[in-house]
Amino acid sequence: MLQFLIRRLIGAVVIMFLIGAFTFFLFYTIPQDFAQLACGKNCTPENIAVIRENLGLDKPITAQFWEFMGGIVSGRDFPQGHCSAPCLGLSFSSGEFVWDSIIDRFPLTLSLTAGGLVIFLVIGLGSGLIAAWKRGTMVDKLVSGASMVLSSFQIYFLGPIVLGIFVYSSGWMDNPKYVPITENPVGWAVGLLIPWAVMATIFTAQYTRMARSTMIEQLSEEHVRTARAKGMRQRYVFFRYAWRGSLIPIVTIIGMDLSALLSGAVVTEFTFDLPGLGRLAVQSSLTKDLPLTMGVMLFGAFFILILNIIVDLAYALIDPRVRLS
Amino acid sequence: MSDNLTLPAQQGATGTSAETLLEVEGLTKHFPIYGGFPIKRKVGAVQAVDGIDLTVGVGESVGLVGESGCGKSTTGRLITRLLEPTAGKITYQGQDITHASRRQLAPVRSEIQMIFQDPYSSLNPRQTVGTIIKSPMEVNGINPEGGREKKVRELLELVGLNPEHYNRFPHEFSGGQRQRIGVARALALNPKLIVADEPVSALDVSIQAQVVNLLQKVQDELGIAFLFIAHDLAIVRHFSQRVAVMYLGKVVEVGDRDSIYNRPRHPYTHALLSAVPEVAVDDEADDKERIRLAGDVPSPIHPPSGCRFRTRCWKAQDKCASEEPPLIQISGNREGHLTACHFPEEPTTEAREEDVVMDPALKALEDSAADEPATKD
Amino acid sequence: MTTLTKTEGEKAPTGPEAFLSVRDLKVRFSTEDGIVKAVDGLSFDVERGKTLGIVGESGSGKSVTNLTVLGLHNPKSTTVEGEIVLDGQELVTATEREMEKIRGNKAAMIFQDPLTALSPYYTVGRQIAEPYMKHTGASKKEARQRTIEMLAKVGIPQPQTRVDDYPHQFSGGMRQRAMIAMALVCDPDLLIADEPTTALDVTVQAQILDLLKDLQQEFGSAIVFITHDLGVISDMADDLLVMYSGRAVERGTVREVLRNPQHPYTWGLLSSMPRLGGDTEQALTPIPGSPPSLLNPPSGCPFHPRCAFTGEVTGSRCSEERPALGEGRASACHLTAEQKQTIFIDKIQPRLR
Repeated sequence: MLQFLIRRLIGAVVIMFLIGAFTFFLFYTIPQDFAQLACGKNCTPENIAVIRENLGLDKPITAQFWEFMGGIVSGRDFPQGHCSAPCLGLSFSSGEFVWDSIIDRFPLTLSLTAGGLVIFLVIGLGSGLIAAWKRGTMVDKLVSGASMVLSSFQIYFLGPIVLGIFVYSSGWMDNPKYVPITENPVGWAVGLLIPWAVMATIFTAQYTRMARSTMIEQLSEEHVRTARAKGMRQRYVFFRYAWRGSLIPIVTIIGMDLSALLSGAVVTEFTFDLPGLGRLAVQSSLTKDLPLTMGVMLFGAFFILILNIIVDLAYALIDPRVRLS
Repeated sequence: MSDNLTLPAQQGATGTSAETLLEVEGLTKHFPIYGGFPIKRKVGAVQAVDGIDLTVGVGESVGLVGESGCGKSTTGRLITRLLEPTAGKITYQGQDITHASRRQLAPVRSEIQMIFQDPYSSLNPRQTVGTIIKSPMEVNGINPEGGREKKVRELLELVGLNPEHYNRFPHEFSGGQRQRIGVARALALNPKLIVADEPVSALDVSIQAQVVNLLQKVQDELGIAFLFIAHDLAIVRHFSQRVAVMYLGKVVEVGDRDSIYNRPRHPYTHALLSAVPEVAVDDEADDKERIRLAGDVPSPIHPPSGCRFRTRCWKAQDKCASEEPPLIQISGNREGHLTACHFPEEPTTEAREEDVVMDPALKALEDSAADEPATKD
Repeated sequence: MTTLTKTEGEKAPTGPEAFLSVRDLKVRFSTEDGIVKAVDGLSFDVERGKTLGIVGESGSGKSVTNLTVLGLHNPKSTTVEGEIVLDGQELVTATEREMEKIRGNKAAMIFQDPLTALSPYYTVGRQIAEPYMKHTGASKKEARQRTIEMLAKVGIPQPQTRVDDYPHQFSGGMRQRAMIAMALVCDPDLLIADEPTTALDVTVQAQILDLLKDLQQEFGSAIVFITHDLGVISDMADDLLVMYSGRAVERGTVREVLRNPQHPYTWGLLSSMPRLGGDTEQALTPIPGSPPSLLNPPSGCPFHPRCAFTGEVTGSRCSEERPALGEGRASACHLTAEQKQTIFIDKIQPRLR
C-alpha cells in the first residue's frame, strides 16, 4: 500500500511537471510581447525594456522555464520582493504574486464546492437510493422523471431564474456574496445559499440517476441474491451488499466532479458574479497573463492528481480485490 | 521403473493415420507477468503450455482433454497461430509454421480453421450469415466455381441450415444453429484441419448431439482432420480416434481411444475417468473405480517440480519431485500409447479393492460414517 | 400425500409425509415481449433426508421453480400461483418477514457459480457467520467458532486462517465448499442446490458431489438437486423429475426413470449423450429442433414439435391436448403404457448400449 502511494506520488509530480512544460511552451508559440502586455497603455520603449529585464523575459525561453519551475520548489526573488515557495511567478497584468492571487480566490471556490457537494451528495444519493428501493413504484417514477428534467437544465439558465425570483422581484434575499466563514459563519452560509442550491440542483439530478441505476444493477447481482437466500433482512442486503458494490462508480464520479469544481466553477462564478478561481483562470487567459494561467492550471492539476490518488485509495478500501492485487 | 521402453515420443505417436498432417514438438507458451517497483519488469510467467508433443494425421480426429488451466485451449490457439509460441516447433505438411509471417502463413491459414466455444460471441451480430460465411473466401481471394454466394448456400445446406436464411442475422438463430454457422464458416475455405475448441460445451444436451453429429459427418465426408478440444470425456471419446490428456501444460498420456479409456496408465487419467458422472442405465456402472483427488489444480505460475501431478497423486514418491517423467511407451502399453509417469497404474478402470480418497474432508466424513452408522434421519 | 415411489418391487418409503410439497405451481413473468410462462402447473414432493433431482435444459423452469420456493423471485414482475408447503407452512402467501426466517435456516440454497454468488467485499468467514448469527442469535465469537468448524467439515485446509480470506483468494472448488458451509451452517432441513457443480472441473465436481452426499448423511437434510447433467443426477438423487418447457414430463425414482424411461423427451436426452462405455461406432441420436419459446409455447404437449412418436398417437391429440402427469411413477405423454414400453425396448434401449 505504501509502495503504491509512493509510486502514485512520484507519478503525480512527473505529470505536474509535464503539464507545466506543455502550458509554458504552448504560450510562447503565441506571437505576443509579454512585456508590452505587462506595461499597459502609456509605454515607452525604455519602460518595456525595464519590465522585460525585471520579469526575466530577456533570457532564453528554456532558462525562463527552469527559473519558473525552480521557483515552485525553492522560491524566487523579484524586484518587487521575495516570492517564497511555492512561487508561481509574478502576474504580468496585476503585478501581484500569482500564488497570492490564487490563495485569495481559493476560499470562495472551496466554500462553493464544499457546500454544493454536501447538498448534492445527500439529496442526490438519497433520492437515488429511495428510487432504487421503491423501484417501479410512483415514487421511483417521480424521482426519475424529476431528475431527468433537472439534469437537462444548465446553471446559466437556472441561475438567473432563481436570482430573478428570490432576489430581484421579491427581495427575499440579497445578491449572492462571499463572506469568509471565519468572520461570520451565518453570513457565509446565507451569502452562498443560492449558488449552492442552483449548483446542487444540477448535480443532484446526475447523482440520483447514477445511484439509482448502479443500485438496480447491483441488486440483480448473484451475491446479493445469495445474501437474501441466507435470510438476511432486505434493508441489510440493500445497504451492506448492494450499496457496497455501488460505491465504486459513485466514488469515481465524485472524484472527477470534485477536482473539476475545486479548480474553479467557471459558469457558477460568472452567473452569480462571485470572484472565484474559475474567473481568475478565464481572466488570466484573456489577458494572456502567462504566469497566472500557469499557476491556476497547475493548482487545478494538483487537485485532480491528489483526488485521483484518494479515489484509488478509496477503491482499495471498498474492494478487497483491488487491495490485494 | 527400470523396464521402461524408451522410445522417442514422435516415433510412437503416429497412431492410426499413416501420413502426418500436423506435428508439434516441444510446443511452449509462457504468458509473462509484469510487476515490481519502481520499474515494471517480468516477474514470472504463466506456464500455460510447457513443451508438448502432438501429431495429427491426415483426416484423423485427435481429442485433447483436461481440466481448466491445463493449456488445452492455448494449444489450440498456438496451432492456429492465433498466439505466438514461446518455444517449440509446429510443422504443417512438412512446412515449419512456428514463426511464419502473415504472408508465409496465408496459404496455410485457409487450411487450418477454428471453431470456437461460444457461438454467441464469435459471430459478428451486424453481419448477415451470408457475409459471415463469405468473408473468409473474400479475405483469401478464393473464387469457387459458380460464385461465392452459391458456395455459401451449399455450405448452409451442408451444415443443416436453410439456404434461404442467407440474409438473416445471427440473433435470429438458436444456439445450436449459430454453432452450425460457425462450422459453415470454418468449412468455407476447404480446410484440412479444424481445431474445435469446446465446440459444444455452451449448448444444451439435446443440441450438443446435433452438433457432434454434424462435425462427425464433416469429418467422414470431407476427410478433414480434427483437433477436438473439450473437457467432456465422453464426447471426446465419441469423437476422437486418438486422445491426449493434458495436465498443467503437459501431455501426461496419449494414445488410441481404447488405450486411454480402457487401459489408462497415468494416475491422472484414472482419476479423470473415475470422476466422470455416468448415467447408470444398467448395473455395470457400479464396478467403476472411485478416485477422489484433494483440492484443485495448482497454479500454472508455480507448477510443482518434477511430475506436475505429484501434489495430488496417491502414488507420488521422492523421485516424482526430483525427476520429470518422460512421455514414453511404458511396458505393457500398446504401440502409440505413451504415458508420462514413474509409477504407472494397472491398465484397467475396474473398481479397486480400496477406493482412493485423497480429500481430507471426505475421508473424515466417510471414516466417521463407517465407525458409527448414521443415526440421524 | 402420494410419494414418488411405487410398484415394481420398489418399497414405498415409510412416513410418507412430504417435507416439501409443491402443488400446481405456476410462475409467470411479465416482460416487454409478453408473458413468460416459466413454470406451468408443476407438482412434486420431497421427503426428509431424500434427494430429489430435477433435470432439464435451459428454459425448462427448473431454476425458477426453486427460486420461487424460497421466494427469491422478483415479486413485482412475477405472479406465482399454486401451493408450496414446507414442513406444514404455506410459502406462496407467506410474508417477506416469514420467508426471511425460513431462508438460510430451515431451507438453504447453493448456487451454480460460487465466484459470483459470494460477495467479493466481505470475508468468507463473515458471509458464513452472518446467517448463523441471525437465525440462532449466536454472538460474534460463537459464530466464528461455528464457521471455522464448518469450514473444516467441508475440507478447507487451515480453516482458522482461511476464515479471514476473501472469496477471490479461494480456488473454484474451495469457494463452492465455502458456499456449502454457508448453506449448512444453520443445519437446514432442506437444501436446494442449483447446478452446484456445473462451473467446476470434473475431478473437483466428483469431490463436491461426494461431499454433499456425505454431509447429507450427517445432517439429514432433504436435497433438491437441479442440474442439466443426467450423469450427475444418476449419482446424486433418489427421486427424479424431468422438466420440459416449464412442466414436469416424467417422474419416478432415479432407477425407474433412467433405466426404464417412459417419456420421449427422456429418451431423447438419454440417447443424445455419449457414454464412456458406449459404442463409438453408433451415431448419437439428437432431439431435432430447439427448446420451445416460453412466450409462445406449443399447443397441446409442449414436446410434440420435436417428438418422433406423435404418429403413434391417434388423431391430433399431441398438438391439441396437454397430457397430464399422473401421481407417483408417471410420464406426461399420450402414448399408452404398452406403446411406451414397446418403443423403449425396441427402439430406445439398443441405442443406450
